[in-house]
Amino acid sequence: MQLKSRHLLGLEGVAKSEIELILDTASGLKEILDRPIPKVPTLRGKTVVNLFFEPSTRTRFSFELAEKRLSADSMNFSAASSSVLKGESLRDTVQNIEAMRINFVVIRHSAVGAPHFLASCIDASVINAGDGAHEHPTQALLDMMTMKERTGRLKDLKVVIVGDIEHSRVARSNIHGLRTMGAQVGVCGPATMIPRNIEDMGITVYPHIEDAMAEADVLNLLRIQLERQGRELLPSLREYRNLFGVTLERLERIGRDLVIMHPGPLNRGVEIDSDVADSEFSVILNQVTNGVAVRMAVLYLLAGGKAKLEGESHG
Amino acid sequence: MGDRTGTLVKPVDRLLLRGGRLLDPASGLDRVADMVVKKDVIETVGTVKSEGFKGKVMDCAGKVICPGLIDMHVHLREPGFEDRETIVTGCRAAMAGGFTAVCCMPNTHPPVDNRAQVEFIRERAGGLLVDVHPVAAVTVARKGEMLTEMGDLVDAGAVAFSDDGAPVATAALMRRALEYASMFGHPVIDHCEDLQMSGDGVMNEGSVSTLLGLKSIPTISEDIIAARDILIAEYTGGPLHIAHVSSAGTVRLIRDAKARGVPVTAETCPHYLVMTDEDVRTFDTNTKMKPPLRSRADQEALVTGLQDGTIDVIASDHAPHRIQDKQTEYDAAAFGIIGLETSLGLILTHLAGKNNMGLDRIVEKMAVLPRKILGLPETPLKEGAKANLTVIDPDIKWTVDRDSFLSKSRNCPFNGWALTGRSMAVINKGMIFSGSKIR
Repeated sequence: MQLKSRHLLGLEGVAKSEIELILDTASGLKEILDRPIPKVPTLRGKTVVNLFFEPSTRTRFSFELAEKRLSADSMNFSAASSSVLKGESLRDTVQNIEAMRINFVVIRHSAVGAPHFLASCIDASVINAGDGAHEHPTQALLDMMTMKERTGRLKDLKVVIVGDIEHSRVARSNIHGLRTMGAQVGVCGPATMIPRNIEDMGITVYPHIEDAMAEADVLNLLRIQLERQGRELLPSLREYRNLFGVTLERLERIGRDLVIMHPGPLNRGVEIDSDVADSEFSVILNQVTNGVAVRMAVLYLLAGGKAKLEGESHG
Repeated sequence: MGDRTGTLVKPVDRLLLRGGRLLDPASGLDRVADMVVKKDVIETVGTVKSEGFKGKVMDCAGKVICPGLIDMHVHLREPGFEDRETIVTGCRAAMAGGFTAVCCMPNTHPPVDNRAQVEFIRERAGGLLVDVHPVAAVTVARKGEMLTEMGDLVDAGAVAFSDDGAPVATAALMRRALEYASMFGHPVIDHCEDLQMSGDGVMNEGSVSTLLGLKSIPTISEDIIAARDILIAEYTGGPLHIAHVSSAGTVRLIRDAKARGVPVTAETCPHYLVMTDEDVRTFDTNTKMKPPLRSRADQEALVTGLQDGTIDVIASDHAPHRIQDKQTEYDAAAFGIIGLETSLGLILTHLAGKNNMGLDRIVEKMAVLPRKILGLPETPLKEGAKANLTVIDPDIKWTVDRDSFLSKSRNCPFNGWALTGRSMAVINKGMIFSGSKIR
């Protein structure tokens, strides 16, 4: 089986069977990461350009590592060192890069729809590594992979996403993916950060963290952007921690196991306390490892998924 | 009789429009008759024999002849942005769309805030078939500080005042603008938007913006300033005209105000009647304009507002932009779409004949009421009157092809749409433009 699209622009509209295929493929590929020589020649001769118009460390490293593990040639482009500063349009930038003959573009951009726009003007496969507050599909895939590893299921799993939902692409991709996989999804956060009519996405809104925690199997905590503090959306980080911070005290009051996730980077002492982040409830570092496996799976499947995973050591 | 639109326009010597349906909602005229136009005057209305008629004959059987349509909200971009549109190319687009007159907004560079700018536009438009009526700025340089010399501007030919592109900056200023404009009988046209509330939003706030994560503009951004303006019009006696109404809330505010006798009129645009924020899901930057495409419920309220007379006018808010300003990320794209060449076709296809909106109501909102609001002379269909006419074929089927537009710009979201009905010819100032030559 293969993916229907040449691109991965988002999880909205991606079929359950396709998400299962990516997650299963990622589980298979994860083993490569633990080999003495963690590299397969699957994408040898393919060129991937990582176009990061927004600062990113972990997502870019994760993609780069996935590309190297599959033996692709990868190039990095970041806005700070690029022609963007000279006023070149996105279309011109990317058409120039494509004219150098490349196979994949991984793009992160602050503008919603930038990957979709690119997909409409170039021939290479486009992978969305985050577009504004819209989608971040590989993050949601690695989140789902981690949830499935830890709880054994996605169907009927109760997942609550906590934080600034309005500005979060992680939240939107998680909602799409989890709903497709049959999970029950909720969101929780300050009313100023819950976008209008979000119930229309088929989810529950929890105004209070205690109620969310009482219901949830999994809490996926979003990073609170420090620069939002003191603006109209949020009076202070202190207030956020008081109302929505996940503390050991709140966890113990629930009296049962909860899986704690976070896409990083953490604001320890704001959305998550240190003793929670480092507790056995937390799967935050598993998410990071799974991120590489999921991105390998996506690249592999978008390349056609036919090339033999040489050196497969099963059986 | 020169027209810088070249060979598209021909002088009328003597022309028989044979067997058309003459429709003039201003006088209640609605009958099939012949009409003879001699130079710039309607010579005869009645029965005219074709045999032996000295002049040209245009068969108008099945066609509608109405007062020349006027689009009271367009951006001609000259002076300053001639790479988007000029007065000449904008007037070509107007003719092709069935309009004999347009009102051009003052957000040019420099803006139309003094007599010389009004005279420049009038001079550039002189001799064109299409009448160009300048709207002058409310405030000097559109800065929201000092009122313009409205008396001098009216004397030079301005027909209304607007800081369009932005709202009249403050309530205090709007109060003075309405008081001052009331001396001349020409309206203040406001672009109702609370700029802080809109922030850097690019689409309507609702389920679709939540789904897409695009920054959003709530309907209350429009409603709050409309409410402000209505209260000020009520206090001062107007005259207020609300531009490009897009929200159900503003329709309700205007309806209530009219019921109280507040001197307020309003317009909406074809795109709000045929598209919604669902269309933004394609990320087509030609779905981006201000106010933004709203929800289905807002659209239904606009249609009701047109039916019950709350909304007086249909205008296009024709806003030309360069290709590179639209061929970009949605956030970065310019606001606005062109509309002169699709306005009538969209309305005839999607509004006419439904919702109690007969052709007479459409002609009223696209020809009669705008002239009344602006204090322009009527254009009656009667013997001895100036011939200022649009000939509509209500049944012709055609497909929008933006590459064939006479406008200089191409930022139109309706490319490829199948429409029914369009203008066949426009006649004004002793000239005729007939679409048959170019189509």
